[in-house]
Amino acid sequence: MNRFARLVAALEAKPPPDAPTDALAAYFRTAPEPDIVRAIALLSGRRPKRAATTAELRHWATDEAGLPDWLFAESLALVGDLAETIAHILPPATGTAIPTLADTLAALARLPGQPEQARRAAIAGTWGLLPPPERLIYTRLLTGGFRMTVSRGQIARALAHATGATGADETNIAHRLIGAFDPATARLADLTGDTDTPKATADARPYPFALAAPLQTAPQGLGPPGDWLAEWLWDGIRAQLIARAGAFALWSREGEPITDRFPECAPLRDALPQGTVIDAAILAWDPASGRPLDPAMLHPRLARRTLPKSLLAKAPARLMAFDLLEQDGTDLRALPLADRRARLGRLIAALPPGLPLAASPLLPPPDWTAPDGTAPPDWATLTTLRDSARDHGAAGLMLKRAASPYVAGRQHGDWRAWRLPPRTVTAVLLYAQTGPGAAPFTDFTFALRDGDDLVPIAKALSGLTDAEYAQIARWVQAHTLTRFGPVRQVPPDLVFDLAFDGIQPSPRHKSGIALRAPRILRWHRDAGAATIDTLASLRALLPAQSG
Amino acid sequence: MAEDLLTLTPQGLYCPAGGFHIDPWRPVDRAVITHGHSDHARAGHARYLTTPQALPVIRHRLGKLAAETLAYGARLNVNGVTLSFHPAGHVPGSAQVRVEHRGQVWVVSGDYKTEPDGLAEAFEPVRCDTFITECTFGLPVFRWQPQATVIDQIARWWAANAAAGRTSLIAAYSFGKAQRLLAALPPLGPILTHPTVEDVNQILRAQGYALPATRRVTPLTTAATHPGALVLAPPQALASPWAQQFQPAETAMASGWMALRALRRRRGPGAGFALSDHADWDGLNAAVRATGAARVLATHGYSEAFARWLGETGLHAAPLGHDFGGQTATDQEDAAP
Repeated sequence: MNRFARLVAALEAKPPPDAPTDALAAYFRTAPEPDIVRAIALLSGRRPKRAATTAELRHWATDEAGLPDWLFAESLALVGDLAETIAHILPPATGTAIPTLADTLAALARLPGQPEQARRAAIAGTWGLLPPPERLIYTRLLTGGFRMTVSRGQIARALAHATGATGADETNIAHRLIGAFDPATARLADLTGDTDTPKATADARPYPFALAAPLQTAPQGLGPPGDWLAEWLWDGIRAQLIARAGAFALWSREGEPITDRFPECAPLRDALPQGTVIDAAILAWDPASGRPLDPAMLHPRLARRTLPKSLLAKAPARLMAFDLLEQDGTDLRALPLADRRARLGRLIAALPPGLPLAASPLLPPPDWTAPDGTAPPDWATLTTLRDSARDHGAAGLMLKRAASPYVAGRQHGDWRAWRLPPRTVTAVLLYAQTGPGAAPFTDFTFALRDGDDLVPIAKALSGLTDAEYAQIARWVQAHTLTRFGPVRQVPPDLVFDLAFDGIQPSPRHKSGIALRAPRILRWHRDAGAATIDTLASLRALLPAQSG
Repeated sequence: MAEDLLTLTPQGLYCPAGGFHIDPWRPVDRAVITHGHSDHARAGHARYLTTPQALPVIRHRLGKLAAETLAYGARLNVNGVTLSFHPAGHVPGSAQVRVEHRGQVWVVSGDYKTEPDGLAEAFEPVRCDTFITECTFGLPVFRWQPQATVIDQIARWWAANAAAGRTSLIAAYSFGKAQRLLAALPPLGPILTHPTVEDVNQILRAQGYALPATRRVTPLTTAATHPGALVLAPPQALASPWAQQFQPAETAMASGWMALRALRRRRGPGAGFALSDHADWDGLNAAVRATGAARVLATHGYSEAFARWLGETGLHAAPLGHDFGGQTATDQEDAAP
């Protein structure tokens, strides 16, 4: 467990996608083989079955530590995380030998279904052997709360580094990592060895996903616009649809089979020719407006165990296809994108109507003609198109090199995501929430003007420099008007620009609005509350309601 | 019950019988100062009394002031009250204050840590009837690893950065934490210091504290001139353009708060090392027991929770008045203890 805990700490210090391949590779070089396979499964998002409820763990830990319940509650209020609170309040570890990750997980797998006494004895015994960082991970594993994941590509790259493989082998490893292997019995050679290359037609596994790199500079740097194919940048759930003889599956980019999460896609099983693999974005689709809904509306499908009808009806899913990776059982990935695109268009055009599948249109639309009658379009035209992306429910433009093959990962720069800059709103600081005592602030709440009222619209903390944060923290301490528990109300004097990625109606919030990924963009030191935006101006940004 | 030897006034903790305040936050006639951090040693008092070890840094920070010193363990009669200083182990020169009057003994802990750090005079428990203890980290989630373990983690981090061609930037308070790191870290490469850190280094060296050689950062001190260097600077400086000249670099924060993930993450990328100059939960409990005090007043931090806990273990305990040190959360010392 100690090596794995060090790896987790390294990944936390530099979270994915920037997580150092080095840290992963170092782990793969030094950890025992059964640990490595287990670690790959955990970091791929496979969680062990829950072995105890959070209520049980809290009760047992409080008991083992000999502390009163209220003191556990005080500690939890500061730490904000049950597993971490438990990791810290238990007495220091006694043993010298820390069990391995594989042994720990094997013992953990035997726990579900056992009587409370047996589970408590086993868990308390393990707690007693582990230092706090290992204890934290173990406790997360007990509750199914271990959520750190690393992409398949990154794991494959690190495995290739650690084993000395490169290039094509990396893709091969990525392919093997996707899909089913039993972490309790699999051997590392099964994941990295070059024996038994799976035939594309033999199973329901997807190809390693090609990823887009962000385009943050002017597009002119990309060369002639004619080298690129443009389409809308869809904020959906990236997926590959596999239709092969005896196999039909929908896979997320994270390598999870999600077929049963999207029952709408079932008719595609019979409609698609065998030996077809399509790369697509799953969108929540509003048939009335013919536009996508907020992509967050699909997330409950992935999080919940059951799929109530109401959920399916509220946000029906639709595949927006943008690449064809396999046709008639033949791997097309080496073909130029323009060729794959043409085949995709013909394939979809030949399908019967009414299926939840469409080809993401290439841009500009076919009826577009350049002002001077020439083709292809210039960057100015594409820039104008991108600026209109939100009218189409898209987040910007996706640019792909027309001649490029389909290559796993994002390092090749053949796919460039050209996002619209985030939208902003100018709001005033209204509340600050602290941990108890002298702990730093955990949340700032910002408000807009609504008539004579101030209405909270978002919580944000990121985006300030440490110096700004320290200044604001001091100001809040000195200007607190009232306290409600850990929340302090302050006079509406400090004004900030907030950036956000999305906006949707939300009956749960007083403002009637929920912002996606709000963060602080800048602090207007000289601006007064008179300069903040109104709630009405933010509401105007809501997507038009259908029906 | 006898009258309290120490009480809270708007100026701070006050001894009516002796006519002096301890670490007052508003100007008073006679101020007894536990150590040189700015939330304890403030400007504007008519007369100061502190340890000879603490005075040079206080003079450096506050300028000219009328001060007397009293060596650790020596006794001074102040208007019939016997006053003495005892090592608190917090920073060089830091003291607990023992006050005795008509057979009653009170001890004010000031800030303290129980683990010897090799630089500050090691904490000594002092028997008393009433103990006023700080409890900045007075919750059971705060349990420090031994200094040697944390220093080893920092040394590995520094060595790994140096091997990768990166400068190591550590945010540490300029008096106390920075010198503690200097004294404890192995000599893995050049150590560069922000001017506010180096000023304190020079003062402490002149007093005889053993600190390794360091180099004051100038505009000409860069990652190129000092490859593999460790830079010690206050947190505000690392967040400013001043730190740009050390790129490529990795940053870290050394503070007790770094024991908690939520607080590490708030700082964004970079490492967090849980190294504190305050006592942890076990240290606080051990210190309270070692005084033999029947009555404990908790201040600075989780005072209500810590006092309630002590009360449930059989002591007569209460938080010291709510306003004592009421600005702790914003003071720089507490932002980087």
